[in-house]
Amino acid sequence: MALFEAKNVSKQFGTQMALDNVSISVPEQSIFGLLGPNGAGKTTLIRIINQITGPDSGELYLNGNRLVPDDVMSIGYLPEERGLYKKMKVGEQALYFAQLKGLSHAEAMKRLKYWFGKLDIADWWTKKVEELSKGMQQKVQFITTVLHEPKLIIFDEPFTGFDPVNANIIKNEILFLRERGATIIFSTHNMGSVEELCDDITLINKGKVILEGSVDEIRKKWAANEYDLVLEGNVLLEGNNHFTILSRNAEMGRSIFRLKTAPEAGNNEILMDVLNTAKVISFNPALPSMNEIFIRVVEKKHGTKHLPVEI
Amino acid sequence: MNKISVIIRREYLTRVRKKSFIIMTILAPVLMAAIIIVPTLLMLSQDEDFKKIAVIEDNSDLFRDVLRNTKTVEFVYLENMKINDLKNSFEQAGYYGILYISPEVVNIPNAIQLISKKQPPIGLLDYIENSIKKEIETQKLMAYNIEDLDKIMKSVETSISVQTIRIDDSGKVKETSTGIAMALAYIGGFLMYMLVFMFGAQVMRGVIEEKTSRVVEVIVSSVKPVQLMMGKIIGIALVGLTQFMIWVFLTIAIAGALKSTFLQKTDVKAVSESVAKSIMSQEDQKALVLQAAENNPRTEEFSKIFESAMNQPWGLIIISFIFYFITGYLLYASIFAAIGSAVDNETETQQFMLPVTIPIILALMVAMGTMQNPESSLSLWCSIIPLTSPIVMIARIPFGVPYWQLILSMTLMVLTFLLFVWMAAKVYRTGILMYGKKTSWKEMWKWLRYRG
Repeated sequence: MALFEAKNVSKQFGTQMALDNVSISVPEQSIFGLLGPNGAGKTTLIRIINQITGPDSGELYLNGNRLVPDDVMSIGYLPEERGLYKKMKVGEQALYFAQLKGLSHAEAMKRLKYWFGKLDIADWWTKKVEELSKGMQQKVQFITTVLHEPKLIIFDEPFTGFDPVNANIIKNEILFLRERGATIIFSTHNMGSVEELCDDITLINKGKVILEGSVDEIRKKWAANEYDLVLEGNVLLEGNNHFTILSRNAEMGRSIFRLKTAPEAGNNEILMDVLNTAKVISFNPALPSMNEIFIRVVEKKHGTKHLPVEI
Repeated sequence: MNKISVIIRREYLTRVRKKSFIIMTILAPVLMAAIIIVPTLLMLSQDEDFKKIAVIEDNSDLFRDVLRNTKTVEFVYLENMKINDLKNSFEQAGYYGILYISPEVVNIPNAIQLISKKQPPIGLLDYIENSIKKEIETQKLMAYNIEDLDKIMKSVETSISVQTIRIDDSGKVKETSTGIAMALAYIGGFLMYMLVFMFGAQVMRGVIEEKTSRVVEVIVSSVKPVQLMMGKIIGIALVGLTQFMIWVFLTIAIAGALKSTFLQKTDVKAVSESVAKSIMSQEDQKALVLQAAENNPRTEEFSKIFESAMNQPWGLIIISFIFYFITGYLLYASIFAAIGSAVDNETETQQFMLPVTIPIILALMVAMGTMQNPESSLSLWCSIIPLTSPIVMIARIPFGVPYWQLILSMTLMVLTFLLFVWMAAKVYRTGILMYGKKTSWKEMWKWLRYRG
């Protein structure tokens, strides 16, 4: 069941169409990737979800009901452009944000103590924000985003500014939040983390949805008929009517081939062809990375001529 | 509503807790008081410097009783003394100086010398010159052998001295009453200008701070942009009112302290004088009464100033000051907030500041002109037109303003600030989320028409 749905949302700034009939559906308790190149309209869509701006047309549903102003209490938002009051003390500031989300002073204090302890920044409670490193500020922001236990959490580039250790801590926290029932919209340009975290994605470009579905399905679909074949020894292979060779690498006594198979050729037939030549170590469908897919999809739409592989 | 109060609380507390706020709040009235008190004290302390002056005449005693003693100067008439006998020793003898009057004084105007170690005060010279001049004139008149001269002289003298008192007293008092209205107009107008500008600019800086530190998007995902803007504006207004109230109380306290000090002095003086009177001879008493007429104007002046200050319509002044501060501040603060939202940093505000500064500066200039001519039509219109009215009207009120003008001005003010707040909110809503784009007035006009 979809926790959040946007139906045919459009938004125009002057003559520029920021969102053109965009629909997304975010399943409950999943991590949903909202992807797209710079200026695609992601931030506009996120702002519309947060009711910072309103759409020109289209409908938004949270939990099956029309989105209403009070729903900001059930949404947590970590914007890409984020900051804190530099002159304010960390604890005071976290309390302030918590109270803006409607938490009482006592409740906010209780939860903040828990989170500050959990993320190991309790010692910084009375420090001014300007004394904190960027990573620590990010931790404070992360806490203020999730403190009111929102049903829907929107993270826009949550990992920027973190070292790998802290990025991993935050990643685990995000997974933990999902486990506890939260639904997460995750916007990033880091496709590695999309593969790692996201269940479903929607890719928008120039205000339009150009790709959507579950990450696994998309990668399988885009894999089309490509396979990675690893043979023992430094061997040569020639293409035939079942497959063509896209590339060959030899290293550490192995030969790695990227094959493109003919649509009617089955895996067994290909393997039969190869078995006589050398010893097969592995034969895998070559899944393109989300990065590749992203570039291909966006560049195809742009009509660029530098397509890496024809598909 | 609850969220706005959370925002107001933060805006208020972070500013009130700042050291600069506390220092400014306490120091400003002290400085103001110092500016007023120090010259007064200087003036007073100069007077209290008692001087004894030796009077020497060459071979005549024309001026024996002419120079009357005052509270600060005593003239000691030394008979049969030569100026050279005293020239080098007058200071040891306890004299401030020697007044030497040569017999030619009747014909040669500068035949009088005041010999002293220090530069004598102008007041003293005036006093001596006038007294001697009067005496010489009397003497000259007497030389004409006019019948009933005594009578004529008496009537002449009386009329002269009556006139002097009138000029000294009511003339000056009348001036000080205008002076108080002028001072109130000046202080009120200037204070309004300062408060509106200072706190309006604080709103702008606050908005820019939120925008550049990128904290704003986090906040507007919890509250509506207009709530954030109004929370900030109201919070800072409360800071301004707090400061203003503290200033008013401190000023009243300081003025009260001043008044009681002066009154005490007067009382002591009155008592000692009445005691002295009862002991003195008839003749001395006459001198004392005259002397009192000369010396009392100051104490009388002070009480007159206080009286006339108390006669000002304080209730009206304070209420309208607060009204115009709130509405004028809301009007300008919303413009400042809109500007702050449209720029990326403070240096970019320049191009927007000019059109906003012009009406304020104009208002201040008109307010200054109002003190010269409160009834001018320029003052009248500027006190009704909302952008200038807060400053100009405050400057006009001490001189008396017809109620219909006040009501018209206030009504327009309320309508205008509502309009400006509404427009500012629209610009602000778009502006705070707009980065890296050079904004123009045209651009802001476009934002006005964006849908929410």
